[in-house]
Amino acid sequence: MSATDIIPPPELAKPASMACRLGSALTVLIPLAVFAISFSADSASAIAGMVASVVFGGLLYRFWGRLSLPPIREQAIVFCILVYGAFVAVYLEGFSLYPWSTFSGLVSVVVLSMMVAVTWKETRKAPITAKFGLIIIALNILMVCIAPILAPHEQSQVLGGAYMVWGTPFADGGTAWFGTDELGRDYLSRMIYAIRNTVGIAIVTTALTFIVGAFVGLLAASLRGWVDQSLSRMVDVLMAIPPLIFALLILTVVGTGVIKLILVIALLDSTRVFRLSRSVAMNIVVMDYVEAAKLRGEKLMYVIWREVLPNAAAPLIAEFGLRFCFVFLFISSLSFLGLGLQPPTADLGSMVRDSANLINFYQYNKLMAITPLLPAFAIALLTIAVNFVVDWFLHKTSGLKE
Amino acid sequence: MSNQANRGAKGDILLEIKGLKIEGRADEDWIEIVHGVDVTLKRGEVLGLIGESGAGKSTIGLAAMGYARDGCRLSGGEIWFDGLELRGASDEQRRKLRGHRIAYVAQSAAASFNPAHKLIDQYCEGPVQHGVMSRDKAEKDAKDLFRRLRLPNPDTIGYRYPHQVSGGQLQRAMTAMAMACRPDLIVFDEPTTALDVTTQIEVLAAIRDIVEQFNTAAIYITHDLAVVAQMADTIKVLRHGHTVEERDTRTLLSKPQEQYTTDLLAVRSYAREERQRPENEGPVLQVRGVDASYGTVPVLFNVSFDVYKKRTVAVVGESGSGKSTTARVITGLLPPRKGEVLYKGQALPVDYRARSKDQLRKMQMIYQMPDTALNPKSRIRDVIGRPASFYLGLSGKALEARVKDLLRLVELEPDQYYNRLTTELSGGQKQRICIARALAAEPEVIICDEVTSALDQLVAEEILKLLQRMQDEFDLSYMFITHDLATVRAISDEVVVMQNGKVVESGPKGEMFTPPHHDYTDLLLSSVPEMDPDWLDHLLAEREEMARQGRVLKAADN
Repeated sequence: MSATDIIPPPELAKPASMACRLGSALTVLIPLAVFAISFSADSASAIAGMVASVVFGGLLYRFWGRLSLPPIREQAIVFCILVYGAFVAVYLEGFSLYPWSTFSGLVSVVVLSMMVAVTWKETRKAPITAKFGLIIIALNILMVCIAPILAPHEQSQVLGGAYMVWGTPFADGGTAWFGTDELGRDYLSRMIYAIRNTVGIAIVTTALTFIVGAFVGLLAASLRGWVDQSLSRMVDVLMAIPPLIFALLILTVVGTGVIKLILVIALLDSTRVFRLSRSVAMNIVVMDYVEAAKLRGEKLMYVIWREVLPNAAAPLIAEFGLRFCFVFLFISSLSFLGLGLQPPTADLGSMVRDSANLINFYQYNKLMAITPLLPAFAIALLTIAVNFVVDWFLHKTSGLKE
Repeated sequence: MSNQANRGAKGDILLEIKGLKIEGRADEDWIEIVHGVDVTLKRGEVLGLIGESGAGKSTIGLAAMGYARDGCRLSGGEIWFDGLELRGASDEQRRKLRGHRIAYVAQSAAASFNPAHKLIDQYCEGPVQHGVMSRDKAEKDAKDLFRRLRLPNPDTIGYRYPHQVSGGQLQRAMTAMAMACRPDLIVFDEPTTALDVTTQIEVLAAIRDIVEQFNTAAIYITHDLAVVAQMADTIKVLRHGHTVEERDTRTLLSKPQEQYTTDLLAVRSYAREERQRPENEGPVLQVRGVDASYGTVPVLFNVSFDVYKKRTVAVVGESGSGKSTTARVITGLLPPRKGEVLYKGQALPVDYRARSKDQLRKMQMIYQMPDTALNPKSRIRDVIGRPASFYLGLSGKALEARVKDLLRLVELEPDQYYNRLTTELSGGQKQRICIARALAAEPEVIICDEVTSALDQLVAEEILKLLQRMQDEFDLSYMFITHDLATVRAISDEVVVMQNGKVVESGPKGEMFTPPHHDYTDLLLSSVPEMDPDWLDHLLAEREEMARQGRVLKAADN
């Protein structure tokens, strides 16, 4: 065989750039170091973590080369990784206590910076509101990942007296920046953990909602006939009952728990997604290209996956953002009513409920009085941020220019 | 009529456009799409604007009203309308002109009427708003105009909703609406393009009469030179936002100066020799006594015809005649109530889901609208590659080579188009991709459903020639659904004429184009516009003569 017979596959044809090598190496080395330090505490977890970081770094290296980004954007990604690495180095003590959080934090930094780099042409031109939204969302995601490192204390740790005023020092060191709650736990730490819990569960739930709702909706639209009819009527029945009351009812019957919470909310919310995806797909399945695929003899799944879904994606992604907000609020309201996440797990909704009475003390201590507004503000901020981004996305995909 | 009094004499210059430049927005930038066009229009004159899509016809037509569509702007030149410069005029001044002294008739009347209001309400809106006449007077006037436009039941048709009247009637109602304020200028933007040839005649005749009666000037926009030849005093040929040539109708038709105009004139002349049915060889595809219905509404009655190897059967008829339904029965999308479809003598399962992969492969379809026939999110390599990998099991390098071969076959540069999205193509290129997709399955029969009707004439001719070459090369049989008899003449061997779900007449092409005909075939044949500017006059006179003898040829929707 002569040398000319060997044609390298296109993605390997171009040598990987310096930035790509450096970035990938850093993403392997940073978690490796942290896991190595934690080795004595939990060796099994540390070994698994090391394998995971090597795998992630390898995947990143492969993927990075295919993107063929301009060098300046590659350098920006490396810069983000370096900044994160610098934080890890400076606060090594804190980070090495939670190696998995460190690792997931790094993953989110890499993924987020890469997403921005890939879509830079679009994001650069995004309106200021959308940029603000993107930053808030990115910070929230990062917070979900590294909450234990950020939080000065454990979420369930009792540190002092109930309702301590803002800025009071604790007996064993540290300061209660936002005071303490009714059991004497650090409010700031609980806030950070609450964002992790609530946002994390909301993301998982929304993803599940969409997988179920969109799939069944597309199925109903593609099959039509009695499948569509029976599914739609079932959904009608579910939608006829006010969701909050329905969720309360089910959770009372089956009991509370994170998994049950996720499943119940996903089921109830997927009815809305079903409606949307079905109506969007209805307009797509009548197109000639879908007919052409059917006449070719394609299987149902191919038609749904390759012909219908890509064309229904834009409204579905926009709906994903909105649905995330609703799920987020829904979890908060359930927690407020006492059927969401159970104590001592912190979540934004129940934090509002538990400290709501403090508002009555406005005339004695203004700072304490606004304490319940902090978790409420966190909820509002993320909701608004998501809406800004969704608006921008809808605007772009709908082709509206003005 | 108040404004008829101050209407100037015939021959005065009414509209003068000098060096008109129009820009359109592409993403963030403005791109010039009309590059300095001049138009001079005298009172009572009809100017035809002709060109392919993207030539800037409609944009110029709208600019004559001082209007630019969203995403467009009038960037240079002057538009003088009866002493007023429209580009510099205030919105208020322009608003007063529009609908009152300049009116516009859109391509699709069905999309331009508000479906929630009765025709007469929409008619009266203009005159009452502009204070030309009172509501009562406007209603009376509407009935008068409906009568002049030869609408059936002129006294009551105005009280119907747009969906209750046919497309041709709606187009005439729209013309009446444009006439409501007795404007000085009407812009007709492809008013008959969406109509059947048989209906087109009535609309053309009506428009021409009314324009003459009221001494109105008109700009008539179309892509069909034969149509504009009947209507216009002068014709202006446009291409890519430039004037190609402008001349009075008869001179332009007899002595075109530019190559492009000559091409346009020759567009209907492409035709190939008819081929006889092959001897001692059975038909490839047989349709036997098919009855079909949508729900309980019967649409096909005892439809039968045969398609032979390497032959083209053209199925002709106006919209609603059941042509496309027949195609749906053949492909198995609509199981027939009675009758069967045979492939090389063997009955095909009535439902496409019951057909084998091989049965599906041998019969491919090309659609009317290339825009909806291609998935906008797919890349061309996948669109063409899928049938090749699905039916023939190609993959990897072999698949890539096959896709590139097919692209070459339909005359698209493989390396340039291989990775493109389907939305990054023009209409004609999309239709070529559709043809390549059909060919990728290595079929024996291809059903072409109005494949050229959404395309410009020159592009359409290229597609027809391409299909013809493919037939010669791969021994394909075509079932060619069309309403355009020029297409039939161009590529068919046999013709099947359908009306109201029945086969009216069928036979070899040569026979079908020589009289005597069935009445309906005659109507179809005689309704195809010819390049002769006197064609419409002769035709109308002929039909009147025939009507006197008691033989009435009428389109279904009159």
